[in-house]
Amino acid sequence: MAFISSGYNPEKPMQDRITDIGPQHFTKFLPPIIAKNKGAWDYHEIIEPGMLMHVGLSGDKVFTVRCGGARLMSITNIREICDIADKYCGGHLRFTTRNNIEFMVSTLEEAKALKADLNGRKHTAGSHKFPVGGTGAGVTNIVHTQGWVHCHTPATDASGTVKATMDVVFEEFTNMRLPAPVRISMACCLNMCGAVHCSDIAILGIHRKPPIIDNENLDNVCEVPLAVAACPTGAIRPTKIELGGKQVNTVAVKQERCMFCGNCYTMCPAMPLSDKDGDGIALMVGGKISNRITKPAFSKVVVPFIPNEPPRWPTLTKTIKKILDTYAKDAHKYERLGDWANRIGWERFFEKCELEFSHHLIDDFRDPAYYTWRQTTQFKF
Amino acid sequence: MAKHKTPLLDQLESGPWPSFVSDIKQEIEHRYANPKGVDYQVPAECPDDLLGLLELSYVDGETHWKHGGIVGVFGYGGGVIGRYCDQPQKFPGVAHFHTIRVAQPSGMFYTTEFLRQLCDLWELRGSGLTNMHGATGDIVLIGTSTPQLEEVFHELTHKMNNDLGGSGSNLRTPACCLGESRCEYACYDTQELCYQLTQEYQDELHRPAFPYKFKFKFDGCPNGCVAAIARSDMSFLGTWRDEIRVDQKTVAAYVGGEIAPNAGAHAGRDWGKFDIQKEVVDLCPSGCMRYENGKLEINDKECVRCMHCICVMPRALKIGNDRGCSILIGAKAPILDGPQMGSLTIPFIKVEEPYDEIKEFIESVWDWWMEEGKNRERIGETLKRLGFAKLLEVTGIKADPRHVQEPRHNPYIFWKEEDVKGGWQREISDYRVKHQR
Repeated sequence: MAFISSGYNPEKPMQDRITDIGPQHFTKFLPPIIAKNKGAWDYHEIIEPGMLMHVGLSGDKVFTVRCGGARLMSITNIREICDIADKYCGGHLRFTTRNNIEFMVSTLEEAKALKADLNGRKHTAGSHKFPVGGTGAGVTNIVHTQGWVHCHTPATDASGTVKATMDVVFEEFTNMRLPAPVRISMACCLNMCGAVHCSDIAILGIHRKPPIIDNENLDNVCEVPLAVAACPTGAIRPTKIELGGKQVNTVAVKQERCMFCGNCYTMCPAMPLSDKDGDGIALMVGGKISNRITKPAFSKVVVPFIPNEPPRWPTLTKTIKKILDTYAKDAHKYERLGDWANRIGWERFFEKCELEFSHHLIDDFRDPAYYTWRQTTQFKF
Repeated sequence: MAKHKTPLLDQLESGPWPSFVSDIKQEIEHRYANPKGVDYQVPAECPDDLLGLLELSYVDGETHWKHGGIVGVFGYGGGVIGRYCDQPQKFPGVAHFHTIRVAQPSGMFYTTEFLRQLCDLWELRGSGLTNMHGATGDIVLIGTSTPQLEEVFHELTHKMNNDLGGSGSNLRTPACCLGESRCEYACYDTQELCYQLTQEYQDELHRPAFPYKFKFKFDGCPNGCVAAIARSDMSFLGTWRDEIRVDQKTVAAYVGGEIAPNAGAHAGRDWGKFDIQKEVVDLCPSGCMRYENGKLEINDKECVRCMHCICVMPRALKIGNDRGCSILIGAKAPILDGPQMGSLTIPFIKVEEPYDEIKEFIESVWDWWMEEGKNRERIGETLKRLGFAKLLEVTGIKADPRHVQEPRHNPYIFWKEEDVKGGWQREISDYRVKHQR
């Protein structure tokens, strides 16, 4: 491994430095048919799962084949995607906002050949490389985070929980038989990077133990006021303690006020809190982003804790499947999961999905909590 | 052959969904075989050690990355997420495992030429692993060492004409839905506005100058395909203010069953024959539609442009011609004081180059928040602390019923002294003239 210079000169770091050029203009990457009809599309159809057709006012048609991607992918995988795009699509492709991959062609025959090719490509161990689907009223890709692959604050893994879940709901990725689209998202801690707070079903990593305080090092590695200000419930205060015969500045955590959010650890490396037995997953449901019929809504916690069970998280995936199947059977056409739960009432949602209701699910965070209790005699037995 | 045993991760190679484990394993094989004779600038074993470390996390049920990591390139205050594993002796290939955020093109269209060039760069100077894409939109190159950061940046800017994305307390990488490039619902050119504002505010993106992070997202219509309303501090959602264009002949074709509703999105199940009354008219949130004698009528004045009818009958109903966008402010995840979605601030604004009116608004919001926002306070929280009315004041926007879901129900109303006749300076002696103690 011999160092190969790119031309950068560490002796003169600011020499020839190019900055603030941003991304390239998107028009450099548009397929010709897209560039030609941009802003002049007439309508679209979903021909079959994973295959869209857009028709321009000009009469031009573009067929899109959408396939699943693992988001975490190797350059070998990207190069294979490029090979496919070179073979069928004149070297063009795109990624979606849910990390699926889309290939565009100009005839239905090409689209069908492409779909067959994509569905035929598998890893040697058996999983699809590019399963076609993700359109219409089904389950599409799971927006997710870094987990144990790259982050320092997770309470669970992202790639693993997502793979385990998508395997269990895979039939819904390649079909369009639900009342409405179901968006599943995943975040490995409650920073909620991504879309967990606004998804039909959301997988969220949570802790259940207060931080461990590294008193010996805290004052050297943390800005104490920032750690104090990081706590949503005011559980942290600065303090001095006696350690090895000398007085050190540190913090104290009032454990009964701590709800294990981990935000103090984000600010202060001397307050780690991950724990094999304490950590796990909370399940949320009923969020949406679109303004279609009903307003956008936050997801709500319906299962306060499911233990981490790597590598396949069977309790988690079983619970998700149960909620999904109950919704699919019971909801009206066009009704998102949250709209269904609101219509039947949350007491009925818990009954139908056979979920236990515990006090953990009753909001107790500041003033707004009151508005989530029930100020009416309207309820169902 | 991979050097670590990964019995737990191996179980994630079965099942139909693309296995990230199988994919990483093929990269491990590729790096050891090294068919092109690449002189790898980070250990060839890097992805191998990543799987080894991940397996250890699967056994321990805890992450093995050390806290934080501050690395970057000269001239910028962000763009790279530093990361070091906490078992560097066992897994030297990921002792350094920094992530580089690379600015993506609006709408994430690519040519294979661009992606191949990026793969060649990352094969030489990184782990060979990526995220396509990060949740904010960036191309994410996962895993390289500190000495490679400047080298990657040099090649990116000099050979690929591409910049880094954002990280830290600054403007993060903006993102948009694919907009007019392939959607008939797009009310403005999301890609162009996204690109232009990204370029305009490069300094704010690369050099943190804000109290905390700030994100832009651009949705072409209220369907929210890039989730702007939930995932950006300032959300731009396309809309129109004239009439939905109705083609009655095509409506009849839907009613007659010639065209599948919702473009065929529910084709996997028998939902019965399309019933325009039940599926469209009765589901309209404002009840402003009527279907009588084979004619669909919309009282556009009462329409809230939720998109439902257009989504169900995309060939018969079209967005209006007088188009622009709504701007909403404040969306954020729960930390610190609870999650927020964007709150409607500008109901309608035209989207026309060079976007001066939009830029003026953005800058007035930033001027205020940069001055008043507390350390690590998202603008949504500043709004809660100082009040929505303050935002209207500093941006010069007149309060409007569209700014609320409902008026306040508590009477704890602040008045400005100058708005009350006689002001606030009063003498108790004057009061006592009329009111004995």
